[in-house]
Amino acid sequence: MRLDKTEISLGLIALGCVLFGFVSPGWLIFLLTIALAKALVVQGVVMQMRSGLVSFGQGLFYCIGGYTVGMGGQFFGIHDAVAALSLGMFVAIIIAMLLGLLLTRYREIFFAMLSLAFSMILFGILVKSQELGSTDGFNVHDWTLFGWAPEAGAGSQYTVFTMTVVSGLIVAVLIHRYTKAGIGVICEAVRENEVRVEYLGLSPRWLLYGNYVAAAAVSALGGGLTALATGHVDPEMAYWTTSGEFVFIALLGGLGHVAAPFIAAIVFSFVRTYAIEFVPHTWQMILGFTLLAVIIFLPKGLWSLVSREKTGERA
Amino acid sequence: MTSLLAVLIDGSIYASWLFLVAAGLTVIYGVMRILNMAHGSFYAIGAYSAASLVGWYFNNGIGPAWVSYLMLVGAALVAGLIVGVIIERGLLRLMYGRDEILMVIITYALLLILEDGMKIVWGVSPYFAYQPYSELGRTSLGLLKVSNYDVALVGVSALLGLGLWAWLERTNQGKVLRAVIHDREIAVAMGVNVKLMFTITFVLGTTLGALAGALTAPAISVVPGIGIEVIVLAFAVVVIGGLGSIGGAAVGALLVGLSRAAAVHYAPEFELFVIYGVMSLVLAFRPEGLFGRTLARKI
Repeated sequence: MRLDKTEISLGLIALGCVLFGFVSPGWLIFLLTIALAKALVVQGVVMQMRSGLVSFGQGLFYCIGGYTVGMGGQFFGIHDAVAALSLGMFVAIIIAMLLGLLLTRYREIFFAMLSLAFSMILFGILVKSQELGSTDGFNVHDWTLFGWAPEAGAGSQYTVFTMTVVSGLIVAVLIHRYTKAGIGVICEAVRENEVRVEYLGLSPRWLLYGNYVAAAAVSALGGGLTALATGHVDPEMAYWTTSGEFVFIALLGGLGHVAAPFIAAIVFSFVRTYAIEFVPHTWQMILGFTLLAVIIFLPKGLWSLVSREKTGERA
Repeated sequence: MTSLLAVLIDGSIYASWLFLVAAGLTVIYGVMRILNMAHGSFYAIGAYSAASLVGWYFNNGIGPAWVSYLMLVGAALVAGLIVGVIIERGLLRLMYGRDEILMVIITYALLLILEDGMKIVWGVSPYFAYQPYSELGRTSLGLLKVSNYDVALVGVSALLGLGLWAWLERTNQGKVLRAVIHDREIAVAMGVNVKLMFTITFVLGTTLGALAGALTAPAISVVPGIGIEVIVLAFAVVVIGGLGSIGGAAVGALLVGLSRAAAVHYAPEFELFVIYGVMSLVLAFRPEGLFGRTLARKI
């Protein structure tokens, strides 16, 4: 397996993150864990955006991942973190395979609205289910990693952080390879002109279907890691504003590079932490103006600030 | 029998409310091809303006109660007009011609801005304007007691629907507007001032949204976030009926209203589920909604 430049740098950055985790304070670790876990969900949004679909319901799989991890520990005695995360991804894949059959018939705003409707259905079910704590959600049990139980507090926090970094690295490398492969390039062709892709003898629908299912798995992983890190899940994870936040981060980062969602999610989390502390009632307003500014001035996202010099001539 | 009657009454009250909320959304989409996520915020702005005005009126005990109904409507008209003109001229005008999906995101940004804008103007504590609601009293229907205000709401909603229909189908301006809906470019070629029609439509849409909020305000406590709850319901209604169709919105509102009322009475766990369940079901068989037009794919 030959690694290209991007993969080597991703690996080095991940290693740097894990080492950095040893020396940085707890609050920073927590903030980064949540940011990176959310970035995984955003990767799912971005995967679909590359082929022209904007999902306003990615919170559905974020929530499924989180709730499966929580319910696995609560009801089925699954305390191993890796097993619980895999189960979450598995459930998300099954559900995505079913919903995908319907959703891939839709484009543009219809896809956006229908994906939003599905996540609201889950929200509607969760707020009405007493066993799952209704609107309050429930706490995630203590978990183990391959039989080893990390000590509560700092130990488990650092373990989730490392798991998140490693998952992030694996997902990033896989997505990077996918986008560089022939089939990944076709995704962009579907976005540009779907009918012509059909004329080439390919099926855009099955491509979008595959994308949708893969994105669901990645998002569920992000949701599961969030549940492990915060130790709590609630129906808000499936509410449409949560999905809106993922779309926001995706646009902030742009589609230019596999690292963009990670950077955007970290920037987003830092800005939010400080904004909520200092200007609690204008936080959403800041988001709104930022979003407008990104659409008007940086249509290719934050990443275009980094890559502008390299590709400026060709663009 | 009583519960069936209750479902029908609750359902039609809820449906008329849904229609009020959704009408502006579908008018804006029909003409401008903008799926306006900020529509819920117009609803909230209408509710806040009406609640603060009516609350002030009754707290000072200035005059008779009937004036407060005029105030509800007046507050909505003024708020909708101001906000609509500012947003259409100041923001949307710069964005026309972009992808439909990008317009969704732009109006999402607008929603975020307006949500906090309202917190800055009206604060975060609830506003009440219950007097117009309680003033009308209740009517007994068999074993059921129905609030007269809610019944009046059904009438207002039906009148509004008819008015919109008559405006679109029976006036010259409506004819021009339908030309724009049908084909924007040809309409421009025929000398229609599409920009002006856009402004009129958008302001009409925001005013309808604000009116829905103002008329709801007496029945609820006006708190931050009401717009965010409302917008997804309105989406469900217009998507079921077919985006851009007023008749569709009415049918969608009835479908959602009655099925929700049925769920509330017979299986309360499914209250929210049923709304989006109906939406998914309709979309599965008719992707354009019940009254939407099928578009040919363009290369």
